[in-house]
Amino acid sequence: MRLCTAAGIGSGSDVMLGIVGTVPKEDFPMTCGRVESKGDHLLIKGRQVEINRGTPSMIAAAVETLKYMNQSAPYCYLVGDVGDGKGCEKLYRHLIDTLDQTSFNTISFHYFQPDVHRFRDMMKSIDKIKKRPTLIADAGFMYVAKMAGLAPSFDLFTPDAGELAYLADEKAPHPFYTRGFILHEENLVPDLIRRAYEHGNAAVNLLVKGEKDHIANQKGILSVVEEPSEENLEPIGGTGDTLTGIVSGLIASGMDLLSACIVAAKTNRIAGAYARPTPASQIHQIIKYIPRALEELIDQ
Amino acid sequence: MLKKFQKRRENTKNNECGRGMLVFENTTQVIRAESLLKKQGMEIKVMGPPSYIRTGCDLVIEFPLIQELAILRLLKDSNTVPMQTVPVSSELLEPVDLLHEKRYGKYLMIRAANMKITVDTETRMIVNVSGGGCPDVPYLAGELVGKRLDEAPEPRDIGHTLCAYALQLALDRVVTLC
Repeated sequence: MRLCTAAGIGSGSDVMLGIVGTVPKEDFPMTCGRVESKGDHLLIKGRQVEINRGTPSMIAAAVETLKYMNQSAPYCYLVGDVGDGKGCEKLYRHLIDTLDQTSFNTISFHYFQPDVHRFRDMMKSIDKIKKRPTLIADAGFMYVAKMAGLAPSFDLFTPDAGELAYLADEKAPHPFYTRGFILHEENLVPDLIRRAYEHGNAAVNLLVKGEKDHIANQKGILSVVEEPSEENLEPIGGTGDTLTGIVSGLIASGMDLLSACIVAAKTNRIAGAYARPTPASQIHQIIKYIPRALEELIDQ
Repeated sequence: MLKKFQKRRENTKNNECGRGMLVFENTTQVIRAESLLKKQGMEIKVMGPPSYIRTGCDLVIEFPLIQELAILRLLKDSNTVPMQTVPVSSELLEPVDLLHEKRYGKYLMIRAANMKITVDTETRMIVNVSGGGCPDVPYLAGELVGKRLDEAPEPRDIGHTLCAYALQLALDRVVTLC
């Protein structure tokens, strides 16, 4: 069974959001298709994927958001990879060959093996898309966009504090090499944002997640979201992934980028607060509250 | 003071002898070679490669050139042969060394670069792993979360990327504190 084809995904269809990422299983084949969520699993081409941090959490949050906004489920490009890069290599090749034939209005890139050469080829394929989609990157794709010097080609990055320090360090090719004087806690988020833009290492817009969520562009901080404040969210694996999923779903639904960042940051916080988390909570306990949080913000 | 002086003298000695770097096909091999060489008492250091050989998620092993033959022999015997051995001609990047600690009651969270690990200090159970961007992070989280510190696998043994390496640093710190 062929699990990915080169057909023009999105053309003439109602699919607005494309998502690219990985599943933490070595034997999960490269699979492309619309995704549904069923309880604590995602379903793609008849395959089940557990929702537990990483790209599956990001997709689950996007699915909930798109459903709430009465939009079609996202079209996902997934591959199993546990870090050796073999799965990602296959999917890079597929993306290089087929992304130019797609017509999503938004594409979000997530956990992936950074590979500068293949990434540059993939971006060339995106450059050929007739109407350029809004490009969002988090995790490995955000790292490689900076490594390749192509961060400004993206419309939105969603880093946390450690990743922002990496973007701000013009010499670091990976967060692992961020220099201590930049990582230091006394460095304030606005300073790091300014430094990231000074060196051309930020996307056009940034949604920096943390104790306070900062939304910024080259001109400076556009908005700060800090309520409700739920300190226990930071240690929970996947809370950054859900934020990226929500903002991707809102942008793909037609919301302007700045409003989408603000609504997404608030939604993630409200859903987190509803879950009454401890540092030991797991992300699926929060995702189920996303529709209720969206309802509170958008309808009321 | 004396230790500082001795360290400086050792560094000077190594610099005089020249430094080389071992370049491997992937990070998995670097991590394997590092464990092997450290067990044999070799004076090596994992570093970031210079830009002209950098492709993505990279590490190299820096070593005193004077030990080249012995090191290559050890690596060959364990089937972990580097792609290249080259002299270091420019500054290599230092791995992150500044870790952040945050306490949430009985829970302790340690952040190393982009990786965070949270442990219940009463039970020594790993309750969460977050952050990172390389594809082994969700896999490592699945392997570590729910296990006690003394039974959890080491990220350096089952991971492949720099994110796994950062998680190892965070885990090492947790172990010293719990």
